[in-house]
Amino acid sequence: MNRRMVLYTVGTVIKIEALLMLLPTICALIYKEACVKDFLISIAACLICGFALTIISRPGNKVIYAREGFVIVAISWLALSAFGALPFFISGEIPSYIDAFFETVSGFTTTGASILTDVESMSKGLLFWRSFTHWVGGMGVLVFMMAIVPSLSDRTIHILRAEVPGPIVGKIVPRMKQTTRILYVIYMALTVLMFLFLLVGDMPLFDALVHALGTAGTGGFGIKADSMASYSPYLQWVVTIFMLLFGINFNLYYLLLIKKFKPVFKSGEMWFYLGIVALSTAGITMNIMPIYESFGTSLRHAAFQVSTIITTTGFATDDFNQWPGFSKTILLLLMFIGGCAGSTAGGFKVSRVVILLKNIKRELKKMLHPRSVDVVRFEGKRLDEATISSVNSYLAIYALFFCAIVLLLGLEPFDFETNISAAASCFNNIGPAFGAAGPASSYAMYSPFSKFVLSLAMLFGRLEIYPLILTLSPSTWVKK
Amino acid sequence: MNIIVSGCGKIGTAIISTLVGEGHDVTALDNSPEIINEITNIYDAIGICGNATDCETLTEAGVQKADLFISVTGSDELNMLSCFLAKRMGAKHTIARIRNPEYNDHSLGFMKQELNISMAINPEQLMAQELYNILKLPSAFKVEYFARRNLEMIELRLKEDSPLCGKKLSKLREKQKTDFLIGAIFRQGKVIIPDGSFELQVGDVISIAAAPSDMQKLLKSFGILKKQARNVMILGGSKTAFYLAKQLLAGGNDVRIIEKDHAKCESLSEHLPGAVMIHGDGSQQELLLEEGLRSLDAFVALTGMDEENILISIFASSQNVPQVISKINRSEMVAMAEKLGLDCIVSTKSVTSDIVLRYTRALENSRGSSIETLYKLMDGKAEAVEFKVGADSPVASSPIKDLKIKPGILIAGIIRPGKKAVIPTGDDIIAEGDRVIVLAAEHRLSALKDIIR
Repeated sequence: MNRRMVLYTVGTVIKIEALLMLLPTICALIYKEACVKDFLISIAACLICGFALTIISRPGNKVIYAREGFVIVAISWLALSAFGALPFFISGEIPSYIDAFFETVSGFTTTGASILTDVESMSKGLLFWRSFTHWVGGMGVLVFMMAIVPSLSDRTIHILRAEVPGPIVGKIVPRMKQTTRILYVIYMALTVLMFLFLLVGDMPLFDALVHALGTAGTGGFGIKADSMASYSPYLQWVVTIFMLLFGINFNLYYLLLIKKFKPVFKSGEMWFYLGIVALSTAGITMNIMPIYESFGTSLRHAAFQVSTIITTTGFATDDFNQWPGFSKTILLLLMFIGGCAGSTAGGFKVSRVVILLKNIKRELKKMLHPRSVDVVRFEGKRLDEATISSVNSYLAIYALFFCAIVLLLGLEPFDFETNISAAASCFNNIGPAFGAAGPASSYAMYSPFSKFVLSLAMLFGRLEIYPLILTLSPSTWVKK
Repeated sequence: MNIIVSGCGKIGTAIISTLVGEGHDVTALDNSPEIINEITNIYDAIGICGNATDCETLTEAGVQKADLFISVTGSDELNMLSCFLAKRMGAKHTIARIRNPEYNDHSLGFMKQELNISMAINPEQLMAQELYNILKLPSAFKVEYFARRNLEMIELRLKEDSPLCGKKLSKLREKQKTDFLIGAIFRQGKVIIPDGSFELQVGDVISIAAAPSDMQKLLKSFGILKKQARNVMILGGSKTAFYLAKQLLAGGNDVRIIEKDHAKCESLSEHLPGAVMIHGDGSQQELLLEEGLRSLDAFVALTGMDEENILISIFASSQNVPQVISKINRSEMVAMAEKLGLDCIVSTKSVTSDIVLRYTRALENSRGSSIETLYKLMDGKAEAVEFKVGADSPVASSPIKDLKIKPGILIAGIIRPGKKAVIPTGDDIIAEGDRVIVLAAEHRLSALKDIIR
């Protein structure tokens, strides 16, 4: 284990966090708020720790392997959340540190689950920081670092693999730095585009900014108690469409940019994803027609809620907690599917679902024709058996972790629906759940212990379990 | 530049490593997913898995926008075909590895022209050439030529009994009548460009530049000249062995080749009538002794197994063979072999990647003073580059001492058309049409103007 390299990278990440905190500071300055000094203290803390780490651990040997990649990502995310919580805590607007930590983890992991009971009283600087963490966490902080820091190591692919979700992670152009830059440029361009669309719909500037950042990261922190409900139907449709766009693999946008249209329109994952969205929307629209009495309104609410859940964003245009059981069941199932690999969405990922289904089909065929030899194809390419088996084992570990989280939440005095949906919502980085944790309420009622469990669940979900679990296992750290 | 490397074996990997280090955008192409996975784990390159003669794979690798397509798979025919396709599909330049002796003798020029291949490389032949150079000057363990053999640069390691140890460079230069230059010194993992007060120590690797006609005299007056090898034993009947033996025989030397495989022995014997072919296992010490190991001038271990080469070379050294050369392909083995006391080590990989490196540097710098030759010295930490001085070059027409040359860079030689090589002093002036040899430590030169600040 190249510990120096791990510490050095983590130090760099903390320094970058200081840089990122400058933006909310500027925002607070513009609105002349008192939290400016809280941000400055936090920035100072980040800089001191960041520089201390990078100075004591200047690595001679820059070679890293997969294990360092996992550990770097896990520790960086923990450190990011711990430091990112400082402004909330120091300002006193979230008096308990564990609450502030929960809120920050929820931000960086693009969950959007909140413990705030009164969002509208928060200062604008902190609200901006909250939504900005979504944006940063969506594409990944280490990816951002690789885009701006001069060559860290030749083998940063290990970091990319550990941070970017999905079963198969690769570069789109030969150079890592170029790859990460392209991804961020696409990300930024889409965010700006959405911001403009929101402005056109007469959304106030600050609201438009916050919602664009929150949607881009598929996060879901709102700045109103009723989330998106009080905005116009136009704005709700814009958000719906952009949520869906941010749930698609970003590599496809690159292919569009370089005018390779064929692979985009043949992308099995994308069509499967859009298919699920269309079917679920149709099902829910039928189901909630009696409540809204108009097809247009029902369709709008159904499409919005389906998009917000499948892309793991977590806005809401209505309290879907009050919807009939069939709609709620569909939404709960969508929570587990999540967006496409290589997007900013969380969850199990559509590509994994597709691979699992194809593998099941193959197994069934094998039962009928025991001697048949069959390869699984995905996106026009043959999948190697190692990938299929890794998807299978990911399903197992994913299910196990989900059970563990539900079990720990079971200690709380809430009903089964609340606990199970809260666990699913946090683990898949969505945000609102059902029951007592529904879109109209918050997670404030949980005990500090459960908040900590849920924070970990969000991190496990965002990083796809392995990085954290490997960091926690002693054999990773054994000297070799 | 955008470069595609097809075939990621030992040579392909070495080329990828060099090119990524140079800062090029490299796409690796191989038909084994495991190898591609390994390559993308280690190097900052993108990997494509597929057949390099399939147009779709080539398109996916981005051949339309490639500046250079290098094919170094194990098969000559595959290399030629994929280079041909790549060129047709839009790659600007192509390099193919073609190593079958049959192609190289007669038909290569024709095929290169017809298939539009920019360069054909034959690692085995390149290595045989390098081995031959060393055997002709056994005091050195690396010999390179510049400007059509008008300047020679050798690398040698100072052993304990070497009379050069403890000497200052300025003293050495005073005593000599011949022109020479000690250009770079490799000590404890670092390359030093020395000045006159520098003192040589045991274990230093030094590089000496001089005109080839002076080199023998020079080494003699240093007291480190070993006699030229006339009686050489080669272990392993590989393609390299064939090329080397051919060259040695043409120079009138005695060559013995030991090879395990009988059919190979017969075929070599057919093509090399002058050589003594011995069918037997070279790892048997008795066999080596019987074949006169102790009376040899030089022993060259060229089997395909690094380990075997190392062990047998150690045995040969222990039997006081004056010059022992071992071929070692895996770079981690090289360090180990050096620890075990073998200092003359050659590898096909570095010979080939040097050539590719030279070609890409020359491509990058399309106009003016172009790169003619390039060698990596001292474990790849320094390079010696030959430039042809173009019109209005910024280094021309003022004395060298007035040029603001970057630290770590030394002008090691100037060759004027039709004259003997000059080892320059501060008063020499570079002129248009000269060839200049520059030594650079920790720098990357692609044009002559890069040497000045």
